[in-house]
Amino acid sequence: MIRFLFKGLIRDRNRSLIPLIVTATGVMLTVVFHAWMTGVIGNSIEFNARFAAGHVKIMTSAYSENAGQSPNDLAILGTDTLTGIISSEIPEMDFAERIYFGGLIDVPDSAGETRAQGPAFGIGIDMLSGRNDETERMNITSSLRSGRLPMTRNEAILSSDFADKLKINPGDRFTLVGSSMYGELTMHNFILCGTVEFGITALDKGTIIADIQDVREALNMYDATGEILGFFRTGTYDDEQATMIVNRFNEKYFSADDEFSMLMKSLAQQNNMGFLVEYSGKLKAILVAVFVMAMSLILWNAGLLGGLRRYGEFGMRLAIGEEKGHVYKTMLMESLIIGFFGSLAGVAAGMVIALYLQEHGIDLGIMMKNASIMMPHLFRAQITPETWYIGFVPGFLSTQMGALLAGIGIYRRQTAQLFKELEA
Amino acid sequence: MIFITCYCGLNAQYPDARKIIESIDQNMSSENRVFSSSMIIHGRRTTHTVKLKTWTAGEDKSFTEYLFPVREQGTKMLKLEDQLWIYSPSTDRIIQIAGHMLRQSVMGSDLSYEDLMEDSKLTDQYNARITGTETVDGHQCWVIELTAFVTEIAYHGKKLWVDQKRNIPLREEMYAKSGTLLKRTELSDIQRINERWYPKKIVFRDMLKDGDGTEFIIEDIEFNVPIEDYIFSKASLKK
Repeated sequence: MIRFLFKGLIRDRNRSLIPLIVTATGVMLTVVFHAWMTGVIGNSIEFNARFAAGHVKIMTSAYSENAGQSPNDLAILGTDTLTGIISSEIPEMDFAERIYFGGLIDVPDSAGETRAQGPAFGIGIDMLSGRNDETERMNITSSLRSGRLPMTRNEAILSSDFADKLKINPGDRFTLVGSSMYGELTMHNFILCGTVEFGITALDKGTIIADIQDVREALNMYDATGEILGFFRTGTYDDEQATMIVNRFNEKYFSADDEFSMLMKSLAQQNNMGFLVEYSGKLKAILVAVFVMAMSLILWNAGLLGGLRRYGEFGMRLAIGEEKGHVYKTMLMESLIIGFFGSLAGVAAGMVIALYLQEHGIDLGIMMKNASIMMPHLFRAQITPETWYIGFVPGFLSTQMGALLAGIGIYRRQTAQLFKELEA
Repeated sequence: MIFITCYCGLNAQYPDARKIIESIDQNMSSENRVFSSSMIIHGRRTTHTVKLKTWTAGEDKSFTEYLFPVREQGTKMLKLEDQLWIYSPSTDRIIQIAGHMLRQSVMGSDLSYEDLMEDSKLTDQYNARITGTETVDGHQCWVIELTAFVTEIAYHGKKLWVDQKRNIPLREEMYAKSGTLLKRTELSDIQRINERWYPKKIVFRDMLKDGDGTEFIIEDIEFNVPIEDYIFSKASLKK
């Protein structure tokens, strides 16, 4: 039976070609769209987590009110012991202390006087203790453009463009002019050991990255840190689990009456990230629903057109005694075959495009200049196991739905009228 | 006509505002001065003290050395006209601070570098108008509004409560051109030093930041004493 129908579909291309193309196109679009959106949302969430928000972030309550300004005068104190305590209380996460700060980079001439100056955004991370993998987490190694990572105290990295602007090379000395956590003007000498380019506008403008102990010394922040970032050991953000950890932590450490009590926020609660996290979770459901609905309508329409074209054929088959149910069944079987091969072709075509977008990406840097959340320039698609079936299943189902709806017309044919229709 | 007569009548009650600010200048400004001071900075979280020694000559030259805390000891600042250089012994660097940085806080206090190192005469910068009288800490004061007639100035407007007997402000409010209140100061411990009245304690309050203000206490001050020229040179920063 299937062989018979299969032959019919191959020999009568009018019966199979349009539904096959429609199904394959729809599935291909779904696959590409899913991979693209997963990539864009995933990249944005991951970048924000790694560079700014963590999967959870601990700050003082007062600091959190103006966290965008990194007010280090409101930093967390007593971090030498605190981070260890938190790590033991929340074993499912790795914690890393970070200090974000603003300042001025001053490059001396041969006489030691100011040759060039530029405002800088600084990040102090643990790079020398070997206790965590902050450099890997922030992709610093793979973002190096020249030189190397800091290996000894008082070495620092600058963003590549910034170093070019200041005309400074690895091995040169510069001074960070900043403000201590007590508001004092501070100066600290660093040796430039390398330059980096992250492909993130916010970071590539003018960034200095140094070991957190050097930053503490430079900013008079001994035993203090601006923020403590927590990352799930699994490496991926889980909003439900993060919310539970946040609630548990805040219940113990946060007090509304003490502006210096510690407050934990999940990734979704920071920097307008909530909508991305929420959207990411609902993306698959939205995609499937929209696709099935749209494709069903299109295929229903295609089925109706096919039904009209095959009006005579169905009439003849009914006239020679084929039962309506059998005609309907063969129509559904045909749609099964079309759905299967159409979806297969769509997945194949979609995967080729998604793979290209995953490897090469699209540079949207010009649109990211004023982004409030940290976004990479280069957006890439991301193929996940879901990408393989996210288009196939609804593609297959929607052809069935289309055939089911279009085939109802068969039951409306009046057997008594058939010969009259055929004579006409 | 009646309005003009009344207006003239009202103003006739008040002395010439310009003469009052000339008297303030005579008290507050000098050819040069050398003073030691303490800044007690009441931050949002902690209170800390900075001790300074400052030499100033006229309106354009000023040199300050940090004496305390230990971390800051030896840090020096030189201001020549509108340029400021800072020397930090820990980096052995002299760094020039650009124009807008002069309005930054000094050591987290409520004073800007301009506040700390500025000694311009009011009469060289502001037009004055008396708007009324009020009592401050039991002293009868003229309330004087100042409006800048020069463009390059930290505070476009000021409101002073000037002690009628001693011609010294007891309270000041500093305004931006937009009318925003930027700072408020309370001047107290007014002492007679040589031929002038001078406040030994000024509490600065930056209205745009949190904290409980900064007490600026003059521990000792000498007016019109000879100051060697080399003090106001970049070479003296590293000495």
